[in-house]
Amino acid sequence: MEFFHDVNIDWMGKAKYFICLSLSLLVIGGISVAIHGGLRYGIDFRGGTLVYVRFSQKPPLDKIRAELSAEGLGGSTLQPISDISDPSSKNDVVIGIEEKGQGDQALDAGKQSILTALHKAFPTGAASQEDFNAVTPSALADYLTQKDPLTLGLSAGQRYQQLAQQLTNARDKDHNGVLSDFNQLSGVDGADSRVLSSLRVGYYLGPFTIRNVEIVGPRVGAQLRRQAILATLYALAGMLVYIAFRFEWVYGAAAVIAVFHDVLITLGLFSLFHFEISLTVIAALLTLVGYSMNDTIVIFDRVRENLRLMRREPLAEIVNRSINQTLSRTILTSGLTFITVLVLFVMGGQVLRTFSFAMVVGVMVGTYSSFGIAAPIVVAWSKFRGEGNKASGLISEKRVTAAARR
Amino acid sequence: MTSHLRWKVILILGVILLCIFGLVGLPDFPRSITQLKDNFEQRIKLGLDLRGGSHLVLQVQVQEAIGLHCDQAVDQLTKQLRDKNINTGEIARRSDTQISIADVPSDQLANFRDLVHDQFPEWDLQPAAGVNNGYLLTLKQSVIADLEKDTMDQALETIRRRIDALGLTEPTIAPTGRAANEILVQLPGEGDPTRAKSVIQAGGLLELRLVVDDHPYSSEAEALAAHGGVLPPGTEVLPGKPSASEAGQPSQQVWYLLNRSPIVTGQDLRSASAASNPEDPGHYEVHFSLSTAAASRFGPFTETNVGHQMAIVLDHKVQSSAVIKSRIEDSGVIEGNFSQDTAQDLGLILRSGALPASIKYLEERTVGPSLGADSIREGVRASIVSLLLVMIFLLVYYRLAGVNAVLALLLNLVILLAALAYFGAVLTLPGIAGVILTIGMGVDSNVLVFERIREELRAGKANASAVDLGFSRAFLTILDTHITTIVSAMFLFVFGTGPVRGFAVTLVIGLLANLFTSIYVSRVIFDWHLSRMPREAELSI
Repeated sequence: MEFFHDVNIDWMGKAKYFICLSLSLLVIGGISVAIHGGLRYGIDFRGGTLVYVRFSQKPPLDKIRAELSAEGLGGSTLQPISDISDPSSKNDVVIGIEEKGQGDQALDAGKQSILTALHKAFPTGAASQEDFNAVTPSALADYLTQKDPLTLGLSAGQRYQQLAQQLTNARDKDHNGVLSDFNQLSGVDGADSRVLSSLRVGYYLGPFTIRNVEIVGPRVGAQLRRQAILATLYALAGMLVYIAFRFEWVYGAAAVIAVFHDVLITLGLFSLFHFEISLTVIAALLTLVGYSMNDTIVIFDRVRENLRLMRREPLAEIVNRSINQTLSRTILTSGLTFITVLVLFVMGGQVLRTFSFAMVVGVMVGTYSSFGIAAPIVVAWSKFRGEGNKASGLISEKRVTAAARR
Repeated sequence: MTSHLRWKVILILGVILLCIFGLVGLPDFPRSITQLKDNFEQRIKLGLDLRGGSHLVLQVQVQEAIGLHCDQAVDQLTKQLRDKNINTGEIARRSDTQISIADVPSDQLANFRDLVHDQFPEWDLQPAAGVNNGYLLTLKQSVIADLEKDTMDQALETIRRRIDALGLTEPTIAPTGRAANEILVQLPGEGDPTRAKSVIQAGGLLELRLVVDDHPYSSEAEALAAHGGVLPPGTEVLPGKPSASEAGQPSQQVWYLLNRSPIVTGQDLRSASAASNPEDPGHYEVHFSLSTAAASRFGPFTETNVGHQMAIVLDHKVQSSAVIKSRIEDSGVIEGNFSQDTAQDLGLILRSGALPASIKYLEERTVGPSLGADSIREGVRASIVSLLLVMIFLLVYYRLAGVNAVLALLLNLVILLAALAYFGAVLTLPGIAGVILTIGMGVDSNVLVFERIREELRAGKANASAVDLGFSRAFLTILDTHITTIVSAMFLFVFGTGPVRGFAVTLVIGLLANLFTSIYVSRVIFDWHLSRMPREAELSI
């Protein structure tokens, strides 16, 4: 089976359409960023407190908001964050506090206030009881060792540690972290009725569990932002040098401009879809920089090879031929990579959602920019230098003969 | 099969065995699927975002240690100038690193300079601008740098001791490398870092000091007034725990007048442990004992001060004070109605030593265990589905050569996971994304080669020649594309922490393994296949 052989598309002739498309995408992205007053930074870059809470049933949002206000957190945000791909997340909520930059307050003051508000919003057990949905394996092991419901005597410590670990695992892996009834634990090996009764005495079942907490100080956020920008710029510079060394400097510049264009479009789309930019998104951006470079290099490699073979033809023709020859590979690779990151976007969970979105967009734009931006720039430059018909002037004799000797 | 080929096949099989050994451990041969799974889970280190746990970034306030150094220098300078009868004006600390001395008498200038030069080599002396006969002592840069480094090292050591004493599993305590004076603490499996945070942050400075006046004061001003507005030399006023309140009355903040120098500090402790209060069961106290050297000072001190009050001062707050009834050799009790946990933590903190400077938390992230479990499940599911899709496509599009690509891909993943296990690299959720990306991008190498082979076959070349040309022509392109992605992953590694670093590591290892599998292993498989089929047959690609 084969697609795409004997294709003969005039890519360079269509260059003006590509430029138009790119410009429109950039403008749309730019307008979105301007409307929203900048990019939407995640907590990594903004600073602040985020507490992700999972409830066993649909949570009473108004009640929680009232309790948060009572704790002085009137400015906090409370948002349901259920994820379509994950049915167990349908009662999830995230509570966020912006970092106002008070230097002296303890870093986790916000988190503690949120926890107090949550506990006040819901009925708790008797004063001596603890919330089983929040207990750690070690605390549970201590309790069981003390109460010794299985009457194991002095050597009980090891056994109860194992049992505590199994009970909490069952709670976390099988029941999404929130139990609504102690009987749900009856399947655990070793949890017989004596253990369950003992648990009922010492614990109540709170209606929520804390899934995730993120607290970032304000100065850290600004520092990370600066480092992210620097890392991206350095990576681009590094690639420019590498490609200028392997080909010619104009190829390096063309590749870097194409990649830069990819990053800008991706950021614009992030703004359009109102997605947050976090550290993992920066990781995705740097990866797509690498991926887009790859794609451009494959075409440039073929151009270099064809320059040696087809010296008399105009550069635009050579570039067209090169793109057509590598089209099969380009479609296949970008198609397969696209499939893998699409699977990640759909099935990879909410934590990686923005990361995989950046990759999905990146793969498409990165592939397009190789023939849509980088190649036209190289051709345009050679026309500008007045060497439209003498393609071989673009690449030094030394490099061409070196390639021939390979 | 030629002997060359045979050796290559043996090499590849060897690599496979090595990887399997690294992943599931052979010497104790696993006897069941569950044991296989357990071995595997043990060998791959999971990051906090997959395992659950707490991640803390804290900053050591090294400038406090420098300021302390400065204070000590002010005291020493004052004393020494007085001893030499050089009567200057006010000697004061201007900043963390500067001391100003006013009104140096001009006839004693030479003596002054000599004294500073001999006794204070860490400081630079210069005339103070705008102050009559005033001078400025500035701490040298190299000394500041040394002090900062020592403070960081000591803080790191103390924190490490405290966390070890807490008995948590596999904590990580190290400088972040991102900014000066920052320490990263990772506590896997710790769903609630509150106790660990307070243990880490506690100053832990224990001092036993003599109380100057018999009774506490209700405010600093009152204490000052009782001494005519000027505190006796060598004393200071410190706040204490409020005394036990009578029913209905709010407890009051009280202040004590104490000697500035402690007779015994936390460094003199031989041991400190929590015990329950025999007179008040349910409440705990901390018993401590002193080293022999300290005991030899403490014994005589208590003997000469019978009838006076002695205060136990923790982090510059008076914890308790009691009258010395008789000579005490080497043991003492810190009382305070502690709960068992608080008393145990205090014992732990005292045993680990005091922090040289205070700690400020900059970042705190806690991943709950249920989120960790979900992340693993989703990540693994996505990997398997994408792997299957890619495999199916390769088989359909490249036919028998697709089998070649699939084998190379599977070996790629096995090498990747084994490398993670061998290097002890941490697998994070973005790391799993890196594995998925390796699947997608790694296939690119095979595609480059196969498309080239197809081209050469179409141009009429013989099978062996086409394969040879395919690999050689594609080689440099494959190298270029891998290097550029690896370069950007390197930047990610340097700049990122935790999960992002895990991603960079997985991607780089995956791509390096891919170079091996798509160039070497794929070639060997082709050569083996070619050697077994008749020369004229059509190559299935």
